[in-house]
Amino acid sequence: MTDSKDLLRAPFELAYNYKRSSGPVMSEFFEALGQQKILGTKSRAGKVFSPAAEFDPETHESLKEMVEVGPGGSVESFSWIETPQNHHLIKDPFAFALIKLDGADSSMLHMIADCNEADLSIGTRVTAAWSETSDKRITDIKFFTLEK
Amino acid sequence: MSAEDTPKDYSESPINLEYFYTAGSATTRFLNQVKEGNIVGQGCPKCKAVYVPPRGSCPRCGVATDIEVPLTDKGCIESFTVVHIPIPGNPIVPPYVCAMIRLDGANISFLHLIQDIDIKKIRIGMRIQAVWKPKEEWTHSLENIKWFAPIDEPDVDVATLRFQES
Amino acid sequence: MKRVAIVGYAQHPILKNAGALNEVELIMPVVHQLFNDLGISQKDIDFTCSGSCDYLQGAAFAFVEGLSAIQTNPPIKESHVEMDAAWAMYESMLKIQMGDAETALIYGFGKSSPGDLDAIISLQMDPYYISPLWPDRVSLAALQARVLLNQNIISQEQMLATVMEARANSKNNKNALITDLIDESDYLNNPMVSSPLNKLDCPPISDGSSAMIIASEEKAYEFTDHPIWIEGIDHRIESSNLGSRNLATSNTLQASIKQLNLKNIKFDVAELHTQFSHEVPFLKFLLNLQDVPTNLSGGPLVGNVMMCAGLDAVGKTYESLKENQLTHGLAHATSGPCLQHNMLVHLEAKK
Repeated sequence: MTDSKDLLRAPFELAYNYKRSSGPVMSEFFEALGQQKILGTKSRAGKVFSPAAEFDPETHESLKEMVEVGPGGSVESFSWIETPQNHHLIKDPFAFALIKLDGADSSMLHMIADCNEADLSIGTRVTAAWSETSDKRITDIKFFTLEK
Repeated sequence: MSAEDTPKDYSESPINLEYFYTAGSATTRFLNQVKEGNIVGQGCPKCKAVYVPPRGSCPRCGVATDIEVPLTDKGCIESFTVVHIPIPGNPIVPPYVCAMIRLDGANISFLHLIQDIDIKKIRIGMRIQAVWKPKEEWTHSLENIKWFAPIDEPDVDVATLRFQES
Repeated sequence: MKRVAIVGYAQHPILKNAGALNEVELIMPVVHQLFNDLGISQKDIDFTCSGSCDYLQGAAFAFVEGLSAIQTNPPIKESHVEMDAAWAMYESMLKIQMGDAETALIYGFGKSSPGDLDAIISLQMDPYYISPLWPDRVSLAALQARVLLNQNIISQEQMLATVMEARANSKNNKNALITDLIDESDYLNNPMVSSPLNKLDCPPISDGSSAMIIASEEKAYEFTDHPIWIEGIDHRIESSNLGSRNLATSNTLQASIKQLNLKNIKFDVAELHTQFSHEVPFLKFLLNLQDVPTNLSGGPLVGNVMMCAGLDAVGKTYESLKENQLTHGLAHATSGPCLQHNMLVHLEAKK
């Protein structure tokens, strides 16, 4: 369909500025990110989840014990984006990845940048690169980069 | 710990999405007419009810309303409320009147403003007419009508406005 | 358990861009077609349920606008799910099982063209750990594709074969959006969207709507001589903690297979809500469908109306059983990243 007097359309932007309560587990996780530390929660069985999970997804145990993990880890999977879209945070080619941080049993979804696609495979070692500002959000980790 | 050191108990979560809204055929036909200063409702081919602004379908019958029904900009007040709170971004000064306007020939009413009126005199059934913006300012929007104002015609008995199955 | 059957299904032609048509104008034709086909009206429907996503349109409660397509006076018993209409069908099943309805009208609609689907879908995920990173749905699916390829559960050749087969099958569905055939070099030279998925591995942005009527045993034969029975229906969801899931398998599907005793059924046909090419060989492996004609309609790769495609899988399976006098059909619907939430529906045509 082409634009004609039969087609009335108008652009609009939908924007909300939510503030979400973090709760005790996540606010401790975000507080630590603000200090460039990555935490995970540990179950009674010794399983560690990072980012910090409030409940064990299988046993539903309420998780309270915090342990430090990372900042390095290994790539469990990745998808390379040669042409980032408008809403992507990184404008140069980058990857989304599932990264299992050292000390954790689950992986964290994040981005990998400052490298080429050929540098990445399942098992590649990466480490957190921190953002200049600390907003106590998951984006305090700017992205992950190849471990030297 | 100072106020800056206390843990933040919330996360900022800004969201923004961009869209192109399309009006739909029925609304497009209506707004194209409004741009020319005409109010044209749409009628149901089955029960003959006239809807303005039209939605393209009749909720009584569940069919498309494809009959164009030109209407005037005169009608009566079906209900109203006096608002004492200002509208953000609008220069209107409270108290002002929001009313359900039933245009002559239409079977539903729509919300608009009443101005140029002594608030104490407003009543259900009062005859009103649209006050338009200058023609050069007309766009595809019911905002072409600034507000409705009273006219010197006898009140309508709103009981007669109830829908009659034909 | 009351026996419930599908008695009718209609699908709007899948459009790249519905243009001037708004959601009401997309829904009305399919609902009217169903009513005309069955010779009924809204007064024969005890319960109406829709599936849609308000944020495809960009407004809370946008689904209420969709109700303008339905005759709502006198007032109707109605509900809505912010999910694929396959789950509106599930809710309708529950309504009938509870004795609150004997007949149900289900409809789904989605207009993805006006917005940025990738941005919208990324905001439906965990708002603390995931959405702030804006991961698009293709990148998330690609994470699972890479795991499956790496562990040799699927192969690149199978992904290519899936895309070719989808195009070839599109001629079976008059409503398909994409019908042109491609050859191997088109696929191999196609640029990656998010590796390992290229544009042909992904579904097209689609606008459209679908509708279905289901009825209890009591009523089904009033509508049609050939009701197709919903012999089994089950849906399960994995954790939203993406990093804790095993993407190389599907716990939900395995549990549903057990629950519905599917291992003992020889299916004649299957339709899967597989939006990405790698998901077809993966699901065929999990569901043991290697010898079963699958996605004969072309599947989501040739037309993928958000919030309808799951219902369409059920509808296309229904059509297959009816038109080809087959007996057992399996339909699959999904929701969430990397096949997080899955529904299986076993349809049976009784002789």
